[in-house]
Amino acid sequence: QEPQASGLPEYIKIVEVGPRDGLQNEKVIVPTDIKIELINQLSKTGLPAIEVTSFVSSKWVPQMADHEEVMRGIERHPGVQYPVLTPNLQGFHSAIAAGATEVSVFGAASESFSKMNINCSIEESIERFEEVTKSARNMNIPVRGYVSCALGCPYEGKVVPDKVAEVSKRLYSMGCYEISLGDTIGVGTPGSMKKMLEAVMKEIPLSAIAVHCHDTYGQALANILTAIQMGVAVVDSSVAGLGGCPYAKGATGNVATEDVIYMLNGLGINTGVNLCAVMEAGNFICTALNKKTNSKVAQASSSTGTI
Amino acid sequence: ATGAYPKRVKVVEVGPRDGLQNEKNVVPTPVKINLINMLSETGLQVIEATSFVSPKWVPQMADHTEVMQGINKLPGISYPVLTPNLKGFQAAVAAGAKEVSIFGAASELFTQKNINCSIEESLERFEEVMKAAREASIPVRGYVSCVLGCPYEGKISAAKVAEVSKKMYSMGCYEISLGDTIGVGTPGSMKEMLTAVMKEVPVGALAVHCHDTYGQALANILLALQMGVSVVDASVAGLGGCPYAQGASGNVATEDLVYMLNGLGIHTGVDLQKLMDTGTFICNALNRKTNSKVSQASCRL
Repeated sequence: QEPQASGLPEYIKIVEVGPRDGLQNEKVIVPTDIKIELINQLSKTGLPAIEVTSFVSSKWVPQMADHEEVMRGIERHPGVQYPVLTPNLQGFHSAIAAGATEVSVFGAASESFSKMNINCSIEESIERFEEVTKSARNMNIPVRGYVSCALGCPYEGKVVPDKVAEVSKRLYSMGCYEISLGDTIGVGTPGSMKKMLEAVMKEIPLSAIAVHCHDTYGQALANILTAIQMGVAVVDSSVAGLGGCPYAKGATGNVATEDVIYMLNGLGINTGVNLCAVMEAGNFICTALNKKTNSKVAQASSSTGTI
Repeated sequence: ATGAYPKRVKVVEVGPRDGLQNEKNVVPTPVKINLINMLSETGLQVIEATSFVSPKWVPQMADHTEVMQGINKLPGISYPVLTPNLKGFQAAVAAGAKEVSIFGAASELFTQKNINCSIEESLERFEEVMKAAREASIPVRGYVSCVLGCPYEGKISAAKVAEVSKKMYSMGCYEISLGDTIGVGTPGSMKEMLTAVMKEVPVGALAVHCHDTYGQALANILLALQMGVSVVDASVAGLGGCPYAQGASGNVATEDLVYMLNGLGIHTGVDLQKLMDTGTFICNALNRKTNSKVSQASCRL
C-alpha cells in the first residue's frame, strides 16, 4: 500500500475475530446456528477476513466444540478468507477435513504465559507449529501467526520488545505469511506500541505485521492509530467488542470493529467495510447473547438514530 | 509519522462541573465538596469547580456559592468556574473565584438552542465579563463547543472554529479549550480543525476537550498531542453522559488519559491510584459504574 500524503496506509485490512476470539471469551455459550448466522451476516459487510472457529479440543475450549459444524455450515463468500485456529497437527488435519483453507497458530512472547496457556515452553510450541506449517506448505494452505502478550503479560508483567521480535521472526521464518501482534491484556499504550513495533520491524517486513489490540484499559484505538502511523495496514477487531478479558474480571477485551471502522473512515482510509452492516451484525449477536454492545459507535448510533 | 510529544501535559479536571452537570443523579453539596477536595490531593493542577449559572437552567449547579466557599483551596491549584454573563461573574468573584470560564460555540444553531442567541451576541455578552475580569485581574478561559461536529448542524467547518477561537483569544482568554461536544470527531477531523485554529491562536494557548461518545477520545487526544497541544480536559471516572445521545458516554475519563500519558512518558504530576480512588468515591455516591476502563480493569490472577 502506498502511504497517503498523511503517511497513513490508503487501505487497511480488517481481520474480524468476533466469532472465534470474541465468542470464546464470552460467558454465554452460543448455539451453533447463531454462530453460523453471525458469520454469514459478517460475510456481507465487506470484511475481507473472518476468523471462524478453533480446532482445539472441546475439553479445553467448550465454546468452540462445534468447530466442524460451524466450518461446514457457513456460507463461503468469494473474496473473503475464513481462517481457523489450529494449535497442533491434529487440529490442522481436522480443519482441512472440514474444509478450512487458511489456518492460524498462536505463539506468545512470554514463557509463563505459554506454560499457563498451552502447557509448554515457547520453544516447544514453536516446534509444534512447525509441524503445522510444514503440512500447510505441502497443501498450499496459508498460515497466520499470532504472538500473544506483545505489550505485557498477566504473569510476567513487562515484556521485552526484542522477545516479541524474536518470536515473530521464528513464526515468519517457518512460513507464516502474517504475524498478528496481540496486546493480550490491553495494557499497552502508544509508547510501548511504538517501541515494540520498532523492534519487530527490524525482523519482519512491515507488510506482514498486524496488530490485535485489546481495549481493557481503553487504549486500543490510540494504540492502533500509532501502529497505522508507522505503516501497519492490518488490524484485528471484534464485532460489538465481543470477548471479555479472562485476566481482569468484568473488564473488556477485544476492540470493537465498529469503533475501528469509524476511526479509519474519519481518516479517509479505505477498508471496504460497510459500518452499518457491521452494526447490524453486532446488534444481532448482542441480542442473541442478551448483552449490551461494547462498541461506543453502536451505542451512540442506536441512541441518536444516526451515525 | 509520529511527531515528538510534549514533555509535560496539563490535565484540566472537569468532572465536578461538566461531569456532574450531565449526570442523571444530583449529588449533595458535601459530596461535591469532598470530590473536589479528593481531586485536590491527586496532583491535578486545575479543577473546574462549579458553574455560576441560574439554577433555573442548571439545577445540578444550584449550590455553586456553597461549593466555592466550602472547598479546600490548595496553593498551586486553580479552581475555575463557569460564568455565562456579568451577573454570574460577579457572584463568582464574591464567592471567592480566582479564575473563570466562558463558553462559545462554532455552530450558530447550537448557540441558539443552548443560550438563545447568535454567536456574535454571545461574544458581546462575554465582552462584559472580559472587561470586568481584566479590571479584577482574573484570568478567563474560553471554551469553543462543537468543534468537530454539531448535533443540529452536522459538519462544522474548521475555518469557523478558527474564527471563533481567534475572537475569544483576542478578547483576552488566556486559553481556548476546543470541545468535541458530541464526540463525533476522529483523528482525521481533529487534525484538520487544529491545523486551521493553529493559524490563528498559538498552540501553547490551546486545549482539547474530547468526548468519548464514539470511542474516539484518546485517539483524538493523541493526534492533538502530536500537533503540539499540551493541555487536555478530562473527567474523573468519565463522569457526564452525552445529553444528545441517550445512554451514550460523554467526557473522556481522566484515569484513562493519565494511563496513556504515563505510557508515553509524558509528565502530568497526577497520581493515578489516588485518581482512581476518587473515581470510586464519586461513583459510589452516584450509585453508578465508572466509565473509566482503567478503573474497571484490575488484573487479578
